[in-house]
Amino acid sequence: MSATSADPRITGARLAPKRRIRLSWSDPTFRSIVWQIVIVGIVVGIVWYLVDNTNKNLAARRIATGFGFLDRVAGIPIGESPISYNPASDTYGRALWIGVLNTLKVAGIGIVLATILGTLIGIGRLSSNWLMAQLTGFYVEVIRDIPLLLQLLFWYTMLQGLPAPKQSWRIGDAVFLSNRGIKVPYLIWENAHTWASIAFLIGAVGAFMWNRHAKTRQEATGIRPAVWPVALGLLLALPLAVWAVLGAPMGVELPVLRSFNFQGGGTVSPEYFALLLGLVLYTAGYIAEIVRSGIQAIAIGQWEAAGALGLRRGAILRHIVLPQALRVVIPPMTSQYLNLTKNSSLAVAIGYQDVVSIANTTLNQTGQAVEGIAAIMAVFLTISLSISLFMNWYNARIALVGR
Amino acid sequence: MTAIGRWTARSAVLAGAVAAFAFGGTAQAQGSGSATLDASVKRGHMLCAVSGQVPGFSLADSQGVMRGLDADTCRAIAAAALGDASKAKFVATTTQNRFTALQSGEVDVLSRSTTWTLSREGNLGLMFAWVNYYDGTGFLVKKSSGVKAAKEMDGASICVQPGSSTELAIQDYYRLNNMKFTPILIQDLSEIQAAFLSGRCDAYSTDASALATFRFSQGPKAEELMLLPDIISKEPLGAMVRKGDDKWFDIVRWTFAAMIVAEEKGITQANIDTFMDSKDPDIRRLLGLEGDMGKALGVDPKFAYNVIKAVGNLGEMWDRNITPMGVPRGINNLWTKGGLQYAPPMR
Repeated sequence: MSATSADPRITGARLAPKRRIRLSWSDPTFRSIVWQIVIVGIVVGIVWYLVDNTNKNLAARRIATGFGFLDRVAGIPIGESPISYNPASDTYGRALWIGVLNTLKVAGIGIVLATILGTLIGIGRLSSNWLMAQLTGFYVEVIRDIPLLLQLLFWYTMLQGLPAPKQSWRIGDAVFLSNRGIKVPYLIWENAHTWASIAFLIGAVGAFMWNRHAKTRQEATGIRPAVWPVALGLLLALPLAVWAVLGAPMGVELPVLRSFNFQGGGTVSPEYFALLLGLVLYTAGYIAEIVRSGIQAIAIGQWEAAGALGLRRGAILRHIVLPQALRVVIPPMTSQYLNLTKNSSLAVAIGYQDVVSIANTTLNQTGQAVEGIAAIMAVFLTISLSISLFMNWYNARIALVGR
Repeated sequence: MTAIGRWTARSAVLAGAVAAFAFGGTAQAQGSGSATLDASVKRGHMLCAVSGQVPGFSLADSQGVMRGLDADTCRAIAAAALGDASKAKFVATTTQNRFTALQSGEVDVLSRSTTWTLSREGNLGLMFAWVNYYDGTGFLVKKSSGVKAAKEMDGASICVQPGSSTELAIQDYYRLNNMKFTPILIQDLSEIQAAFLSGRCDAYSTDASALATFRFSQGPKAEELMLLPDIISKEPLGAMVRKGDDKWFDIVRWTFAAMIVAEEKGITQANIDTFMDSKDPDIRRLLGLEGDMGKALGVDPKFAYNVIKAVGNLGEMWDRNITPMGVPRGINNLWTKGGLQYAPPMR
């Protein structure tokens, strides 16, 4: 069939756009409207039946219902929380919100690290260095063949094998590595730091603008103004100057070993670290394959043509191949980001308190399983849709513009 | 079972339970007056939720037979309800899916070292039938840590199972004493025990009974572990059923009463047949020789006989399962011997 013989319904509609709808089964528009009404009716009916039946069943079993429990004082302990939490006065709602933040903390950082590692390994698989290609290939096969849950338990068990706090491995009096996690010094935050951060953001915007300017100049004149000295100045010197002007405060809180544990300083808990490590290493295996296939999808002629222009391999990869490969890579990459986020719910197996873990505890203490599961689903749906929307937007932005 | 297997199994229970609310029909009583009993008879066995991981309470032996106080509780109920202790089928549950499993009808009885609390009866649509173990929250520490009392543990990391009443009890205790602790919450029992043994936590906290049996199960290494003398909460453990089936509740409750009366009267698994010509009206009613106690419950008139023949009296159940773990009976003894177990009259 040739490309011109399009669907007759569509072409028909184009030829006679203002045709009246006949109330006849032979009318395609009428038919499609009827079908749509029927399907919407079925979906609404099923949803209504499920909700109604659930409510009846819960009432018959005399189980409390509704989301009122979100305002009740939680009283459940939470191991690590990015925001303050007091079990004696904070609500289940806040506890669940902490769970959401903990999930975002591991998923967000995990996605960034997995992308970097996966890209490096994917490029490594195509290396002309035999050892490099074999090692990365081995990594991909091994990582992809072992269930993620086992990998998480493996890393968690390994981290538990670290020495006790009193015998911890240390770097001076500042960094401690023990089975209680990694303890690092904590910067005592002051106004100067806030202003320096703002200066950094302004610098970043400035550097971005300068880069665009440089590009325009290059396209107009063929001469590219130096970017890095300006960027360095804006990103580093400017915030440092602001910080210095405001008195250069540099209060550091060191972790100190008390009777049981370290007090003060920042902590990376073994639970978080094991989960992050497991998710990053696992997802990187898949991302590596996506990157490799994306690079291989670029016609060899592109390499050869760039080579003929005198570009070196690294430059070809950076400027010619990767930007094109990105178009192939983004859609499957979105799936991997979604997978990583959803896989973070395995946290419950190793005691990291993500949203699933806290919602499980909540539904157990309040007995409201339906609401608890609904909350988990709503959270993951929101996160996943956000990732999808962003990636679709990015995909549309870098797509080839048809002219 | 492997970690993955356990994992999928428990997720399936929770997912199934929630689905049961959405898709399941509403229960209706018919026949014996107990929908649960009727369903069990039809099915040919009774479904009983246990932990399956706690020595002394429910743990499969080398033959794959579930052993322990909770497991025997299930057998006793099956013997009373269905006339055959072997008709108790065990379903392994976690602290997190146990209530959903019972609420949704996935199991008929929850016998999983579960604490009787107001909010569980008030909010969960469940009823507490009887206590098979009067327990309290305790702490297990390593002797090498030098800790001698719970009050010395300010700042400690404590391993605890999420979704348990222990979790709330410790939180209250630390709040009351103005101390801080870091909770390490892991769902899987063997994982959390491994975390404690590896030193991730300074203490492992749960019901003192489970701590004692866990310590015992460590064999020669038990000497390195110490149970702190502090018991920081009341944890009456026992069997729960769903609300809305009062006849079934009666059967479960009076199964316990029968075992207590049997112990009071000195009736054991071994000597029960010698009591069949007893003149004592209490014993005659218990064994179904007189009156119609079984009929009132909607079960076999000889239900108590079946229970005692299958698992023995309450004391025998204790001696078989808990005594080997080195735990004294204490307040779990009969009321006549300074304990709390007291049965209302069976008449």
